[in-house]
Amino acid sequence: MTGEPSETIQQTLSDARLQLAIYSATNRLMTHRAGAVGPDLLPEYQELRNDANQLKKHTIDHLDYYLELFERNVIAYGGKVVYCTDSQEVADFVLSLAKQRGAHLIVKSKSMTTEEIHFNERLEKHQLEAVETDLGEYILQLAHQRPYHIVAPALHLTRYDVAEIFSKNLGVENEVVIEKQTRIARVALREKFLRADIGVTGANFLVADSGAVVVVENEGNARLTSSAPKIHIAVAGIEKLIPRAQDLGVFLTLLGRSATGQPLTVYTSFLSGPRRSGEIDGPDEFYVVLLDNGRTKLLADPEKRQSLYCIRCGACLNHCPVYRKIGGHNYPWVYSGPIGAIITPQFHGVLKDPWLPFASSLCGACAEVCPVNIEIPKLLLKLRSEVTDAQRREGQGGMERWAFGIWAWVMTHPRIYLMLARMGGLFAPMLPKVGLLGKWASQREIPKVAKTSFHQWWRERK
Amino acid sequence: MTQVLERLGFQVDFPPAQTCCGQPAFNSGYPAEAGTVARHFLETFRGAEYIVVPSGSCTSMISHHYTDIFAGDEKMLALARGVAPRVWEFSRFLIEVAGVDDVGARFDGVVTYHDSCHALRELGIKDGPRKLLAKVKGLTLREMEAAEECCGFGGTFSVKFPEVSGGMARTKIDSILKTEAGTVVSIDSSCLMQLQGVIDRAGLPIRTAHLAEILAGT
Repeated sequence: MTGEPSETIQQTLSDARLQLAIYSATNRLMTHRAGAVGPDLLPEYQELRNDANQLKKHTIDHLDYYLELFERNVIAYGGKVVYCTDSQEVADFVLSLAKQRGAHLIVKSKSMTTEEIHFNERLEKHQLEAVETDLGEYILQLAHQRPYHIVAPALHLTRYDVAEIFSKNLGVENEVVIEKQTRIARVALREKFLRADIGVTGANFLVADSGAVVVVENEGNARLTSSAPKIHIAVAGIEKLIPRAQDLGVFLTLLGRSATGQPLTVYTSFLSGPRRSGEIDGPDEFYVVLLDNGRTKLLADPEKRQSLYCIRCGACLNHCPVYRKIGGHNYPWVYSGPIGAIITPQFHGVLKDPWLPFASSLCGACAEVCPVNIEIPKLLLKLRSEVTDAQRREGQGGMERWAFGIWAWVMTHPRIYLMLARMGGLFAPMLPKVGLLGKWASQREIPKVAKTSFHQWWRERK
Repeated sequence: MTQVLERLGFQVDFPPAQTCCGQPAFNSGYPAEAGTVARHFLETFRGAEYIVVPSGSCTSMISHHYTDIFAGDEKMLALARGVAPRVWEFSRFLIEVAGVDDVGARFDGVVTYHDSCHALRELGIKDGPRKLLAKVKGLTLREMEAAEECCGFGGTFSVKFPEVSGGMARTKIDSILKTEAGTVVSIDSSCLMQLQGVIDRAGLPIRTAHLAEILAGT
């Protein structure tokens, strides 16, 4: 294909240590998930998936209603809702608030949405420091890398890599014991938590009927982020809405299990509004930034709209044989794996990375494990045809279209087809291994053709 | 396949005008070209009582995706919907229509079964081929760890991303090797072509065989 980062894909494929890191980490996640959704532990798993799908469908189909309901309830609890069209508007809001309050330091918990809008980099330009406090994200921030995986951002790094990153950036001795590395990060981050003026979290769910932001995590850093600083800002895509608090019974049951095999994550925080009088902790100010950043574009197509159902569990990445080979950084956007392959073209336009929907064997393992039943292979097929359509309009991809035109003609002319098949069988071994044949032969032998074709055998036995 | 079906008393016809189901174009983003070929398929097989297909992937194309291709074309949609329930993947036809799991075959050796993706995930075929293999005299079926993992073929994916595709096949083959089976069986020739190609390149002592080939042996 053309356009894909073939050089870095090749590097990833030939890096034995990296391959092992990706394989063992995804294997572990797959095994844990399989155990957690097994019929003995969760006999209602398939029903839950259907429920989750229907709940998301309903919410996305009535997004305007639930956005308003959510906003009313956030306000009722003393919080504020800020609608932002794009990353610039998020940065403008945070910067102006920081300026008004004299804030200098922001602590952040893990959030793909803020990764999506390059939040940290935008603020850094204005001398506002934003520190990641999730261990994986902290490591990546020090190493200036983007997340490798939606749930396990530093999945590709070994403890030796982390030792190197820490000693280079934190001035500590080379430390390869994981527990001690965690201690190093904890000490560094604790000091940040105590000094921070603003805490920024993402949101796993926005609960419309209670104006609550729900955040799940395992390290306790999100809870600290949302409660220690005086100001809490939750940044979330508009698709994170769910109608009612009781729907969390469906989504929380699925999310932890699908992501890491945990029945529930270690911390599940329900955050609604700032600290009220009489409460001992919580922020003085509570903001929910509702980000569009292209999401409303996805609403336009009634079929592809289901891409917005995603709850970012990462199961499709773990089970994707392509992700497991090429890893996360070869995908063009922060969202990698199968979900990245279907949402990136919809956010950025199909011609930006036309190779992306084609980088799949359509094996369907992603759809099989998706907790909200997104029809990923079907959407990949749809996007593939949108790519070829767009290329035709732009006068690109003529060769391939021409070839498929000829192919369709041959396939509807059986005599020609048989003649060519016979010739192919005879001459294939002699053909120079260039073009498609060369691509095939770069990895495999050319199949041997039977001496007698089935057609011939059928005719002769009559 | 013909031999097995005839042994079971079915009358087999082979319309010589048949070519392809259209899947290569459909999966490559050319639904119109796929539709041209799909139309030819539907015309060629018009009137067949059962259409038995030695491929899960082609079966699924006909029974699941023709309706996507012809969306909006009521006449073709009706034709496609009429044909869909008469299209049977070979192993499923044996189990569900012929009602047999023992076809009286013999094969001496250890085999492992590769679940082809479309048969498994689009058609839900998992136990049938295993039941049929288990009844073959002299045959030992030994499951591999990654039976459900893709072989990496994926149609044009195999030539658009050859290194990734080849890597996927090699991972699959590692899993096959661990079983020490001499033969890997599948119900899709395209998976077998991919696996055999990589096996031959590596010079490994494994043979690939379509389920029909094993069941035809006596």
